[in-house]
Amino acid sequence: MTQIQDQPVPGKTVKTSVAQRLGRPSMLSMLLRDKFATVAAVILGFVLLTAAFGPSLMGELATNQDLMFMNKAPFDPANGWAYFLGSDSLGRSMLARMVVATQTTLLVAVPAVLVALFLGSLWGVWAGYHRGRRENISMRLADIIMSFPSLLLAVVVLFVFSPSAANIVLILAITRIPIYMRTARAESAELQSRTFVDAARTFGTKPNSIIVRHVIPVVTPTLLTLATLEFCFVMLAESSLSFLGIGIQPPDVSWGLMVAQGRQYLQTAWWLSILPGLAIVITAVAANVLAAWMRIATDPAQRWRLTLDKQAKKDLTAVIKDAK
Amino acid sequence: MMTEMLEPTAQSDPPTDTVLEVTGLDVDIRTPQGTVRVVSQVSFAARRGQTLALLGESGCGKSMTAKAIAGLLDPVASVAGGTAVLDGQDLNQMNPKQRRAVAGPGLGIVFQDALTALNPVYTIGTQLGEAFRIHRGASKKQAKAEAIDLMRRVGIPEPETRVNSYPHQFSGGMRQRILIAMAVALSPQLLIADEPTTALDVTVQAQIMLLLRKLRTEQQMAVVLITHDLAVVAEEADEVCVMYAGNVVEQGSVDKVFSHPTHPYTKGLLESVPTDAQRGEGLSSIPGSPPELTKIPAGCVYQDRCPLASAICRQERPLLRDTADGQRAACHFAEKVSAAKTDNDDANNVKEEIR
Amino acid sequence: MLTYLRKRIISSGLPLLVVIVGVFALARMTGNPAALYLPLNATEAMREDFAVRNGLDQPIWVQMAQYFGGILRLDFGESMRTGESAGAMALRAFPATLQLAGTTMALAIVLAVIVGSAAALKPNGILDRFSSFLSMTAASIPDFWLAIVGIWVFAITLGWVPTSGVVGMAAWVLPVATLVMRPFGTLVQVVRGAMVSSLSEPYIKLARAKGATQYRVVGAHALRNAAAPGLTVAGDLTVGLVNGAVVVETIFGWPGIGKLMIDSILQRDFAVLQACVLLTAVAIFVLNILIDIGYALLDPRVRPSAGARKRRKARVEHRGQQNGPKAPTTPTTTGSAATAVLDA
Repeated sequence: MTQIQDQPVPGKTVKTSVAQRLGRPSMLSMLLRDKFATVAAVILGFVLLTAAFGPSLMGELATNQDLMFMNKAPFDPANGWAYFLGSDSLGRSMLARMVVATQTTLLVAVPAVLVALFLGSLWGVWAGYHRGRRENISMRLADIIMSFPSLLLAVVVLFVFSPSAANIVLILAITRIPIYMRTARAESAELQSRTFVDAARTFGTKPNSIIVRHVIPVVTPTLLTLATLEFCFVMLAESSLSFLGIGIQPPDVSWGLMVAQGRQYLQTAWWLSILPGLAIVITAVAANVLAAWMRIATDPAQRWRLTLDKQAKKDLTAVIKDAK
Repeated sequence: MMTEMLEPTAQSDPPTDTVLEVTGLDVDIRTPQGTVRVVSQVSFAARRGQTLALLGESGCGKSMTAKAIAGLLDPVASVAGGTAVLDGQDLNQMNPKQRRAVAGPGLGIVFQDALTALNPVYTIGTQLGEAFRIHRGASKKQAKAEAIDLMRRVGIPEPETRVNSYPHQFSGGMRQRILIAMAVALSPQLLIADEPTTALDVTVQAQIMLLLRKLRTEQQMAVVLITHDLAVVAEEADEVCVMYAGNVVEQGSVDKVFSHPTHPYTKGLLESVPTDAQRGEGLSSIPGSPPELTKIPAGCVYQDRCPLASAICRQERPLLRDTADGQRAACHFAEKVSAAKTDNDDANNVKEEIR
Repeated sequence: MLTYLRKRIISSGLPLLVVIVGVFALARMTGNPAALYLPLNATEAMREDFAVRNGLDQPIWVQMAQYFGGILRLDFGESMRTGESAGAMALRAFPATLQLAGTTMALAIVLAVIVGSAAALKPNGILDRFSSFLSMTAASIPDFWLAIVGIWVFAITLGWVPTSGVVGMAAWVLPVATLVMRPFGTLVQVVRGAMVSSLSEPYIKLARAKGATQYRVVGAHALRNAAAPGLTVAGDLTVGLVNGAVVVETIFGWPGIGKLMIDSILQRDFAVLQACVLLTAVAIFVLNILIDIGYALLDPRVRPSAGARKRRKARVEHRGQQNGPKAPTTPTTTGSAATAVLDA
């Protein structure tokens, strides 16, 4: 057969040349180029700072009862800044209570995500790399964990052990481990058949070193993105449990618990329920947006989209518009 | 102008009337860096019962030309100029509705990769019959009967039972036959075959080309064959357009172009065919690679790789002009190429050698 | 088919057995029901009598053996609260949950197909960006909060719908609207992704080359190919709803299985809790078979000839994609029994 040699398709070289022109972009500069993601990151940063420093500044205010200031409506400057978000049925400052609740909420969600991420990922990568019986048993275990009524688990922990935040973290972490396990296993099973892993094997590298040096770096971005999404989920789960009365217990306070406590005052003081819920929604949406951005930023095939400067972006939008 | 150019060749005795006439076709792609012209001033004509080959490397614009004619360009690409007249109507001026009316009865297209071109979730019968349902308002039963008939014509064994099978249950060669059957279902005047054999085994390739030739003769279609395979062109085509970096650099009857190339690129291609190669002797090839479409030089598109390139080639782009009877090339030094050619006995026989 | 069923039963049976045993043991760890059902000043004799009547004086493994023996005779024990048959109570609550789940999923699928397809037609277009933000938000709103906002706005302030109950069409509006958000948000992303990839396939070009109308190209060719991944995710979401939307059922006083489950947990009504878990597990088992059948109908490449294993594999792969790097925004809960309580 006499055939003309295939040449690279021009379209592909165009993309790389953009990246070349701008150099390898830093994550920060890519983040700043995406307006939505920047806003989301700022919101999450603010929430984190509030959780870290807020309670030490306003902790006292949060427990300060003032029966003269019962159920004051929010956004009324006459009440002073402490009551800017209104007050609850005991005259406590909503603002201060929400700040304290931020810390509780994050102290449950963040450790739960980290524990599940760490254990689930390692387990999944290990199972996927070795395949065979180890994989089968691990996946069956994951199935069992997933099909267990986590609500019951929560109640058991609540009644048998103390209903502390640490125990809620434990429940949430255990029930979410399978999510990371499945993803990590799938990726790792796919990777272990790749040539570069074979190459490492032929050099006599031990399985554990291959997992550490070749598999984990590849799966990490995917799992981090998943963890960002899971943060959102775990936060919602905690607030659901607290809402049902089997999560955070008074006198501690979390956003979900505040929604539940405010429910009976819905007719007279809507802000008691609505505002903490809004905090949950805003934080969750921000985590979602950031996860969507991370998915693109950590994918080498799509990253170039985020490297475009304003002008290039405008051009691209024009092109897309034209194309219709 | 094209009709005057491309006289009927000696071997094709039946009256050859033009089915498709493409004149000055331009296609642009929009990229973030700006608009890139990927097909520039392409003109050719396809005649009833004959095969016209568009020959060139990947990325030379031959597929883009075909897609532009068929109206299947990707959203980022668009026709920037020129006409493509099929049966007296300019395809480029049609609205979507007119396009749909032509797609099928007027123009059929065979895609390269039959596995992905067939819809995995529908039976072969449904997909083959679809054209009849769309254009002839056939009932499900009629469409199925037509599908069985088509399968028989393209040589699929046991069409009555296989008609209910799904694409994944066929071999690559059979899938390509089904794809061809789909394209010729409504007996179009023009059949565009976009590298129909690239994804297949060598032996199956020959069968598919044979089938295409048989259908062309039976239905008196004009065939536009897109390929990068010199042997296929030598074997199947009556006329050839050699394309390079979005431009036609040489066109004419296959016999003439292959025996007396008048463009250095065509000549380079033909010389890179290993004939009578001796052990230890280097094989001939064209140095360099085609320019990126964003960086096509002013002047001749082939200047960077051309052994004859001189000052004028860098300043002025050569236009297609008659270089011999029924043959045109875009080269300032066509005569020189042609003369060098006749001196060379080896190259003279290239066409036979490839065959 | 028989091979398939056998494999299905084996693969679902083991987790189910573990879950039932686990629930049985865990439920008894939550405390002695005597404390709840007897007056504080109950005598030792009363306590003993209560334990004997409810079989709680036996060692736990004897209780378990009796329980499994009962299951074989379709006897699920009696509620400690009402003395009624636990099986009957669970069966009575189940239709309410099924109706709610069915309505919600039907609405979510229809909306998601429309919005997701429209978004996929112009990737990165205004509609696409709007729908992706919408679905992200829909998936991020806690349902209990949404329910409360709904009650505040539509029931208390405007008085259009009742705050709770199941009587009349209006009572359905808030529960369905609350529940539909997460399935809708998730499905929009799945449908959009599947449609974008399916619309870029060569068979779409071939359909256009046959002269098919846009409606035919999108509706018949692209959507049909996008249906299989959509079904997998929709199935998992339905599983979550069939488990009982605990929170929504509690807030709206919907007498479904989720409400019954949380009530029986809080009341230490072991028999009822076990009956609920068992019933939902069986329902989910049936549902999974239906999903598999639907999947095979939609994608001929995984029909029985190709073997049940392959089909499971394809579904699992779809799930993998779900959680993978290019996945839509929310990872779905893929569990089979009462997992989604946390979702709820």
